[in-house]
Amino acid sequence: MAEIVLDKVTKRYPDDALAVQEVNLEIADGEFIILVGPSGCGKSTTLNMIAGLEDITEGELRIGGQRVNEKAPKDRDIAMVFQSYALYPHMTVKENMAFPLRLAKVDNATVERKVREAAEILDLMQHLERKPSNLSGGQRQRVAMGRAIVRSPKAFLMDEPLSNLDAKLRVQMRTSVSRLQKQLGTTTVYVTHDQTEAMTLGDRVVVMRGGVVQQIGAPQFLYDHPANLFVAGFIGSPSMNFVPASLENGSLRSVLGDVTLTDRVRQLVEGADAPREVIMGIRPEHFEDAALVDAAALSSGGKFTSQVDVLESMGSDKYAYFNLTGEQAASAELQELAADAGSDDVPGDGISLVTRLSSASGAAEGASADIWFDADKVQLFDPSSGRNLTYTER
Amino acid sequence: MAGIGGADTTGKKWGWGVLNAVVVIYALFPVLWILSLSFKSSKTLADGNFIPREWSLENYQNIFSTSEFTRALINSIGIAIIATAIAVVFGTMAAYAIARLDFPGKNLLVGVSLLIAMFPQVSLVSPLFEIERSMGLFDTWPGLILPYITFALPLAIYTLSAFFREIPWELEKAAKMDGATPGQAFRRVIAPLAAPGVFTTAILVFIFCWNDFLFAISLTSTESSRTVPVALSFFTGSSQFEDPAGSIAAAAVVITIPIILFVLFFQRRIVAGLTSGAVKG
Repeated sequence: MAEIVLDKVTKRYPDDALAVQEVNLEIADGEFIILVGPSGCGKSTTLNMIAGLEDITEGELRIGGQRVNEKAPKDRDIAMVFQSYALYPHMTVKENMAFPLRLAKVDNATVERKVREAAEILDLMQHLERKPSNLSGGQRQRVAMGRAIVRSPKAFLMDEPLSNLDAKLRVQMRTSVSRLQKQLGTTTVYVTHDQTEAMTLGDRVVVMRGGVVQQIGAPQFLYDHPANLFVAGFIGSPSMNFVPASLENGSLRSVLGDVTLTDRVRQLVEGADAPREVIMGIRPEHFEDAALVDAAALSSGGKFTSQVDVLESMGSDKYAYFNLTGEQAASAELQELAADAGSDDVPGDGISLVTRLSSASGAAEGASADIWFDADKVQLFDPSSGRNLTYTER
Repeated sequence: MAGIGGADTTGKKWGWGVLNAVVVIYALFPVLWILSLSFKSSKTLADGNFIPREWSLENYQNIFSTSEFTRALINSIGIAIIATAIAVVFGTMAAYAIARLDFPGKNLLVGVSLLIAMFPQVSLVSPLFEIERSMGLFDTWPGLILPYITFALPLAIYTLSAFFREIPWELEKAAKMDGATPGQAFRRVIAPLAAPGVFTTAILVFIFCWNDFLFAISLTSTESSRTVPVALSFFTGSSQFEDPAGSIAAAAVVITIPIILFVLFFQRRIVAGLTSGAVKG
């Protein structure tokens, strides 16, 4: 149990490539923190630096108040769960879990007891004598967790531990990882590229891009108050809609029609010294079928009419997809997000829009629909810097 | 169509079967002939019969009755085992470094070891002879063990580094995180996983040392370090009219036995797919 502090930690490879740039992060004792970002964003490098598997080029890493930059992994007293599990194939489950204790020269009786405890927590009792090759993916994953928890380390590091599991098992393991962490109360740093895992697991989430921390905060805070376009587009599924727009005398003009800014948004925009051309971001759930919105809200929000491209009914909600004519919002961040999602090579002209409507909506595929959106929930971004012009701490 | 296809594959099987049988007989016939010779008595030795008309253990009794052969057998076993052990230990360490680390001069090292393996051994015999004589290594066990290690090491390094490359690196990282020193990680995780490779290498190196004739005949002069292949060539009958073929045949059979035992013993340890289950699925 200990807090972990990263003080301007930087990783530069010998070929001068900058993998991680001045990361400042204070992880409290017992906190569950998630490093998230697209591949190549430096999240795994950061984790490996905490682990001691990679050297820190500049900056300081403190675990429990002590500088550990120069310490070997074995002297840092932290355990790691690898994406590939990295179980020792020549040892049984029991031996795998006992390995860290044996190395620490713990006496036999204690080893036996601790392995048993961990196996009980992880429901591995009946597999103790089996070899990893005879286990299923989920069981292997649990053995890897078991190996980490047996010696009660100061912290757990997890490098995409669930990404090799199939979707259903992943959801199951996600809850058990969360429960386990709460139960043990051990400081945990968890790396993932899956924003759903980031949202559901962590106390706080660190979003990284190109080796630079974009924003740190509680999942809900990041969702509601993204600091920039990248965080806004990365957090949330389906992701936020981005539409180019221009600010004119307190109203916002875009393909979604003209809408008057609410007082709250206008104050924020004025304070942020906004340019005329902006990118407007709206989350899917801030749209609604205009027929279901009361008159007062209808007049204060924006409204547009378009043909429903695709309609997905989820039972509880309906997802309506639109394809509007117009220029797509362009920015480096959005391009990177599209590349990460693999959608950059999907052909498509115009602006695609995802809206989440109430299940009572009468919208139908191919038919025209009147859609309303909440003007107060609109977020505006500077296209050149990606900065959120409507960012607020509250 | 299915019937024709079936007939076709049966025909194919027969064709392959016959071809295989021919190859096996071609390869094993000389061995069987030696075996047959070794059991013939001196009178029937040259009668040309494949199955001995008179079975006898006379040849075996002969070779074990003098120290010439038994001493050579001890030399062979001792020298081959020591050379194999040393070559495998050093080969394992070197191969691990080559597979895992990036150090300056790595390619040069690999190149030089390849060069040694390709060097015609016969061109080294006379310099080695001179060196060993002046150093007092001539006609001693170390005098043979040293050149054997030199020539076996490149073989060992090549075979082993291929095996090490197959072992997921994450296992080593995991061992480090579990609190192992680099030495412990190597001994308790990497080496056991490389075991099939180590045993394969051990077999190859042992066979190389066991079968060597060139160094053994050039660098030895007495029974004190003469190995079996050389001792065989020194076999003579008890008189100049006696044919040593029977004794040679018996000795040839005896020296194949350790090789067969060695291979059978280690073969059981070469479990294919030992690393399965380490990573992913």
